[in-house]
Amino acid sequence: MAKRRAPSEFIVERDEYKCIRCLACVRMCSYEANFYDERENMVFTDNSKCVGCHFCEAICPTDAIRVIHNPLAIKQNAHWTGEVVSDIIKQAETGGVLLASMGNDKQHFSYFDRIILNASQVTNPSIDPLREPMEIRTFIGRKPESVDLEVENGSVLLKTEITPQLKLEVPIMFSAMSYGSISLNACKSLAKAAQMMGTFFNTGEGGLHKDLRQYGANMIVQCASGRFGVDMEYLNAGAAIEIKIGQGAKPGIGGHLPGEKVTEPISETRMIPVGTDAISPAPHHDIYSIEDLRQLIYALKEATRYEKPVGVKISAVHNVAPIASGIVRAGADFVVIDGIRGGTGATPKVIRDNVGIPIELAIAVVDQRLRDEGIRHLASIVVAGGIRNSADVIKAIALGADAVYIGTAALVSLGCHLCQKCYTGKCNWGIATQDPKLVKRLNPEIGARRAANLLRAWALEIKEMLGGMGINAIESLRGNRDQLRGVGLSEYELKLLGIKPAGEAW
Amino acid sequence: MGCRLCEIHCITAHSKSKNIIKVFRYEVPQPVPSVIVEEKEYTTFAIQCRHCEDAPCIQACITGAMHRDPDTNAVHVDHEKCVGCWMCIMVCPFGAIQRGTVEKKVASKCDLCVDREIPACVENCPNEALVLVEVSE
Repeated sequence: MAKRRAPSEFIVERDEYKCIRCLACVRMCSYEANFYDERENMVFTDNSKCVGCHFCEAICPTDAIRVIHNPLAIKQNAHWTGEVVSDIIKQAETGGVLLASMGNDKQHFSYFDRIILNASQVTNPSIDPLREPMEIRTFIGRKPESVDLEVENGSVLLKTEITPQLKLEVPIMFSAMSYGSISLNACKSLAKAAQMMGTFFNTGEGGLHKDLRQYGANMIVQCASGRFGVDMEYLNAGAAIEIKIGQGAKPGIGGHLPGEKVTEPISETRMIPVGTDAISPAPHHDIYSIEDLRQLIYALKEATRYEKPVGVKISAVHNVAPIASGIVRAGADFVVIDGIRGGTGATPKVIRDNVGIPIELAIAVVDQRLRDEGIRHLASIVVAGGIRNSADVIKAIALGADAVYIGTAALVSLGCHLCQKCYTGKCNWGIATQDPKLVKRLNPEIGARRAANLLRAWALEIKEMLGGMGINAIESLRGNRDQLRGVGLSEYELKLLGIKPAGEAW
Repeated sequence: MGCRLCEIHCITAHSKSKNIIKVFRYEVPQPVPSVIVEEKEYTTFAIQCRHCEDAPCIQACITGAMHRDPDTNAVHVDHEKCVGCWMCIMVCPFGAIQRGTVEKKVASKCDLCVDREIPACVENCPNEALVLVEVSE
């Protein structure tokens, strides 16, 4: 048999006793996997259409549905896994590049799980964050070499002029996700949550929808290779500008928003005609060197009258440390590094899963390189790519980051179930879609509340962990690698991370 | 968002058993939902009794079955008095009143779930699209 279909990844099980035939699952599935047969008075599922987003499971009022993995889709084989074989079948069928979404889902790239934290015992007292002040505010931007102070009648005056900074009440920001890759309701949720928590969201490269302008004080605007929606008003609308060179999920690859998704409001926001493909070239065609980057950085600073910090985002690749050094020397106020686990709306699967380096290593080598060169204070380091919880945040900061960006974690708080089908534009949760029927499913009020709750919860946990280490300010933890130890890592990996193995004292 | 779970939970809240599975498996006739989701293209809207300040159904009711609760200002049907003339259905500008199925000849409409703290539809709306708001006069 030449023609073969890749086996269904999921099975939708329905408890016949509990199913009341309300048909909510049938109405709600955007992939049309569930259907009702009137003659049988039964609801059935075409498992091959199920993407495993669990929306029907969540909406079923009687808890009658269970979406489970198809356990033996392919005969088990450690090397030729079900995923590998399914991919081959799909490609034999279509002859095309396999698309994927979200971040790299392979287990072997996580160093966070092999790094552990310290706590105080006897010789240095731990701090109880419920009773004593704990500072997790941080500032993103260029810091001066030294500060001149003047004391007048007991009050201290700062004489040094400080370049523009972003004030973060929690060291966590929402990473760049454009209006286009995610829905307007998802953008609004994150914008409102950033405002509530005193942090920032990022417009991505899709321009700025007029409904989001009111969140300017908590917004970072992005200037990427497609330059969509970029004009003077846009550049001045936010609190900072980020030049995007690369993205962790697809280093060296551009972006492509298919014409079908360029609806009226998106065309207006991106400033391109309705129905045309929005193509972001792989490189910026005016940046082929650090010198060219410097020109763009200063062009943007000029355009905003040196009132806003300008950062540069790159994906973590083999040469990340020298590149970051070049970026800092080119005048960037902050450097964003996106690791191999960074997410996306759509990318070739082979790129997502194989290109780039883990963010943990990138943070350590970049921080070390900038320190060695004596330029660490000239720029803040913001890291992204697979930050899952407050422990990852604190490990990233201890490795040398100033703050982190979260993308996937933020979307999960809005309802995302990581089905990794963003590229289809049919997100049942109303996140990665532009279909007005689906977008409505994400109520921005609920979204903002949930995303803000996530940051609040992480902030509390960060304070607990800091207190345990006997540290009362997040800025005292930055680059404090003595608080970290590695488990199950080779000597060379430990050297790159700049940490000692577990068991070794100070 | 058009899941119509408000209808399902309304039926359950006004059923005998109040058990969502039993209502749909065993209760014949089922109560009609007092909230109906109207759909056109991508607009979906849940219609239920607005408990109008100047309620045409109260004026049109020939037996005085349709009345306003003096405490809550909500509009209710007295099932004892209702004779099923359906005048209320004719005059309701929102189409929010229907012929009931459980007791013959009785108009069925939203009672704001008098026996619950929060109406069932509001409590169970997965997207908080339905909210109970008291509009001050």
